[in-house]
Amino acid sequence: MLRVSPLLPLSLEILLARAAAGLSRVVGAGGGTTVPGKLLWKLDPGAVDLLVARLPRGSALISATNGKTTTAAMVARILAPSVRLAHNRSGANLVSGVASALLAAREAELGLFEVDEAALPEVARRLKPHAVSLGNLFRDQLDRYGELELLVERWRATVRELPAEAALVVNGDDPQVGDLASERPGSTVFGLDDPRHASSELQHAADSKWCVRCGTPYVYAAAYIGHLGDYRCPACGHSRPLLHVRGREIELHGLDSVSFDLVTPEGTRRVELAVPGLYNVYNALAAAALGRALGASLEEVHAGLQGFSAAFGRFERIAIGERSLLVLLIKNPAGANEVVRTLLTGTPPRLLLVALNDEIADGRDVSWIWDVDFEPLLGGLERLIASGERAAELALRFKYAGLPAGAIEVMPSLEKALDRGLELTPPGEELVALPTYTAMLGLRDLVARRGFVKPYWEAAA
Amino acid sequence: MKIVVGHLFPDYLNIYADRGNIAVLERRAAWRGHELEVRALEPGDELQAGAHDLYYVGGGQDREQELVAPALAAMGAALKAAVAGGAAALAVCGGYQLFGRFYRDQSGDELPGAGLLPLHTVAGERRMIGDVLLECELEPGQPRSLAGFENHAGRTYLDKGAVPLGRVLAGFGNDGASGHEGCRAGRVIGTYLHGPLLPRNPWLADWLLAQALSHRAGEPARLQPLEDELEAEAHAVSAARARSRGGRF
Repeated sequence: MLRVSPLLPLSLEILLARAAAGLSRVVGAGGGTTVPGKLLWKLDPGAVDLLVARLPRGSALISATNGKTTTAAMVARILAPSVRLAHNRSGANLVSGVASALLAAREAELGLFEVDEAALPEVARRLKPHAVSLGNLFRDQLDRYGELELLVERWRATVRELPAEAALVVNGDDPQVGDLASERPGSTVFGLDDPRHASSELQHAADSKWCVRCGTPYVYAAAYIGHLGDYRCPACGHSRPLLHVRGREIELHGLDSVSFDLVTPEGTRRVELAVPGLYNVYNALAAAALGRALGASLEEVHAGLQGFSAAFGRFERIAIGERSLLVLLIKNPAGANEVVRTLLTGTPPRLLLVALNDEIADGRDVSWIWDVDFEPLLGGLERLIASGERAAELALRFKYAGLPAGAIEVMPSLEKALDRGLELTPPGEELVALPTYTAMLGLRDLVARRGFVKPYWEAAA
Repeated sequence: MKIVVGHLFPDYLNIYADRGNIAVLERRAAWRGHELEVRALEPGDELQAGAHDLYYVGGGQDREQELVAPALAAMGAALKAAVAGGAAALAVCGGYQLFGRFYRDQSGDELPGAGLLPLHTVAGERRMIGDVLLECELEPGQPRSLAGFENHAGRTYLDKGAVPLGRVLAGFGNDGASGHEGCRAGRVIGTYLHGPLLPRNPWLADWLLAQALSHRAGEPARLQPLEDELEAEAHAVSAARARSRGGRF
């Protein structure tokens, strides 16, 4: 490992790291979003602490299994008119990604960072944030994190060690995350308040079904996504905390948008959100609560959410000649189930491209695809193109769900799969692609090379 | 013919896509014209003698395993009687640990096991996570391989004379040192391999189905071969992963 550090002045290290960012782009090493941060991290881990200490308004952290990139992008939209931000918007969310964002934004007043769930304790310890938003915890990449319980305990310890003046925002609909509010009086709790959109029963992927206090199964007055909902323990009475920021009167408009009443202590506003699904209402509530904690007015929050389009790669429509490509990221059962649910609110696709990779960022353990409820898609599905490094495993998932083997094409190469998908899509229609994270980067790279979207480091700039 | 699977505590032990294993058993039975019924068994249920041809138990997180361990241990005697009567069983990951005699956690406390397999498990410091490849021979003269994914902090130790499920070609296995993975006692199979296990190792699904059919019919069963091209491809990719990156901390 490179050890140059203690004698080197901070400014020189930073110059070196900034130069590395430019260099990695020149040599085509893929955007360079974490290269400078990684270099700085190796030169001197303490430099991150110094960089953040120079931000006049400190920093705010956002963590969750699902929705952190989108939530952070929404908060950025809310704050951007009045505050200069250092923001890791392309989703590089380990310490190195935070360091890179700090290096890239020289004049920033506030650091706005989405943070990987497992990296949160270390990032919070170094950054001493002014505000923290904790969204939800689902099983995701257990191969990386070990088990959910362990993660919750680390989050609890992190919350206890936050600076005294730090504001905490939590999702009250998640039993384990909501309970963290009890660690800090004055926390802001958000959640949904519209049982019309509740499922009749918990989804297969529900992860926290047992009371955090006594282990008895919760009774749900409403279950929205996975184990998120309005829960109560019939034995000890532990229940969802009181909500300060709520989403009510939710109207889902297929794949296009969702609207809801944003209810806050300062008043209520109708929000028309240009991204779809119940999960984006959760993201918007988290963003509203965090924006509020950082001093944004209800008008600013409302304007920011109304003006929001979509975060990097999460939900993207790309025009490719006479056709379009709709890209919906999938990365764990809870998130993928919402993507499926969202797809079913429109016309269910007859053709689907699903791409499964197993790099570290995707999760090396691909067993999670068996916990996704893909079955509701089977009714309308005529052809599946299974792609990515684990294409065959994905094909098995659909074969054992009941899709005839003859309706499945296995094409590990993303390029061949994309071409085949476009070939099967009539002009004027849309190809729906569900890639895992690195497959999404690969697909984006392909269409960028063909000139249909900007490379992501330019789009994010 | 109709065979019945007793799925032990599916609400608690289902972490690594255990329903993938169940789906494979269901479909592969149906493709041969057999019906397979899955009956959930909940803590406190009484086992009816001869009611089930195959038992399945999956994995859970620590908290869930703690919640159900006493209930599973209480079922131990009835499960042993069912197996002695010819039923088969597959226990994966956490269920594998709980099929042993006991599980000792890091503070030294012991969770009771069902005692179907001659082994015990002790919690270790570092989780053993990664792809695994095994070589095994359930039927003499028919060597096979199993490819899967392991993720466990527990170190499982077989009793003297106990038979492992297989020899580790790549990966950690039971304890990261013995070179053995899983345990086999007659028609009871325990393993850390999930991923899930059966889709990419369909021969094991068929072996279990054959045991279950034999139990139901009272005579040895034969299963027609199926078209397993996709399964073979998924197995090959998983095996290659194990060889290139399994068994490393």
